[in-house]
Amino acid sequence: MLKNRIIPCLDVKDGRVVKGINFVELKDAGDPVEQAKIYSDGGADEICFLDITASNENRETIIDIVRKTAKECFVPLTVGGGVRTIQNITDLLLAGADKVSINTAAVKNVDFVKEASKKFGSQCIVVAIDAKKVSDNKWEVFTHGGRNKTGIDAIEFAKKVEENGAGEILLTSMDKDGTKSGYDVNLLKTITNNTNIPVIASGGVGTLDHLYDGIVKGGASAVLAASIFHYGEYKIKDAKEYLNSKNVSVRL
Amino acid sequence: MNVTIVDYQSGNISSVINSFTEVAKGKVNLEVTSDIKKIKCSDKIVLPGQGSFKSCVDSLNQIKGLVDTLKEFATTNKKPLLGICVGLQMFADVGYEEAETKGLGWISGRVSKIDNQKGKFKLPHIGWNEIEIQKESKIFKDITNKSHMYFVHSYEFIPKDKSVISATTDYSSKIVCSVEKDNLFGTQFHPEKSDKIGLKVIDNFLKL
Repeated sequence: MLKNRIIPCLDVKDGRVVKGINFVELKDAGDPVEQAKIYSDGGADEICFLDITASNENRETIIDIVRKTAKECFVPLTVGGGVRTIQNITDLLLAGADKVSINTAAVKNVDFVKEASKKFGSQCIVVAIDAKKVSDNKWEVFTHGGRNKTGIDAIEFAKKVEENGAGEILLTSMDKDGTKSGYDVNLLKTITNNTNIPVIASGGVGTLDHLYDGIVKGGASAVLAASIFHYGEYKIKDAKEYLNSKNVSVRL
Repeated sequence: MNVTIVDYQSGNISSVINSFTEVAKGKVNLEVTSDIKKIKCSDKIVLPGQGSFKSCVDSLNQIKGLVDTLKEFATTNKKPLLGICVGLQMFADVGYEEAETKGLGWISGRVSKIDNQKGKFKLPHIGWNEIEIQKESKIFKDITNKSHMYFVHSYEFIPKDKSVISATTDYSSKIVCSVEKDNLFGTQFHPEKSDKIGLKVIDNFLKL
């Protein structure tokens, strides 16, 4: 049976982890490679890097981090943030990323998703959708880390990226992100019901129960979380044991 | 020992290179190449594959003499060869991804889309799934039944002769996830992405 995945996400800015794990054993709390290794040794099913570096000059930094991480972590590695061109994808994959996540560039031009999935295969193209609730059962796509409205309906957009070859959708609720009050389960349920590709839930996790809700109530194939793991509140193992105790199948 | 990872310009093989490099450290001489001369002198070959069946077969055919060299290695000289993901799928006679495409024909069978049972099963089949070992295989030495491996694919290899199947995994149906036929080995899952247990599979292959 296919297991539900737990994916810790590391936000990286100018080569350093922002809001990193606060483990005592860490020599350098800001080192993304070391943190990724801790997650991978701890049983993470995948690792996700989100590059929030604002400037273009520092693009090389994330490539270097990916290169080092890929030599030490032998679980899938997804990298997102600033992926705009085929060359960006080539660089990340050559450095050792297994998947890239595309956000703004996919909204601007869905053909980019098509081109990328044709060139590299759907298996490595994740489309990250940032959605904000506008009315009952209606959500709108936002870009640039939630700053820009697009007027695009999230459900329609999810279907469109699937048609264009996305292998997975990374769905973040902008209303819930950072609140620790749980995923937007309605949004998740709506998107998972309207698409046939795996959906990764993101935005809002504060407790282990929220992970359960994302999978069982929202229908997500994987759950992504940042802060509950970063601050050492829970280890990956705790999350897996909890889900397992509630009959959610995970890789133990 | 010389082991070659065939780099035929199809898809992303960085992870395959990284994990084999890790396991091979100090024990095995690892080459990543499409140079036919080097392939001929190898003791073992790893044939990775990402993207569609058609694109992989097309890429193999782009390199002059490569398919014949691989065939000689695998079927005449009968030296160990490991196909990963589409690398395994290409062992088949024919694949149906994108368009009907002739495979290498080393293990009779076809590659078809996984039946998603009208949307009940999401495709691609992405993530960790348990393998059910069907017969003893050299690459599964010290690997316990029901170990978790990482999968990402939408198509499955259906061999005619079921005795080549060394493991299956449960997704919509019993999907063939590993084969062994004499010197030919193949995994549908990605040992290079399957954590320590995956590295063990690689180690087993390198120790053959």
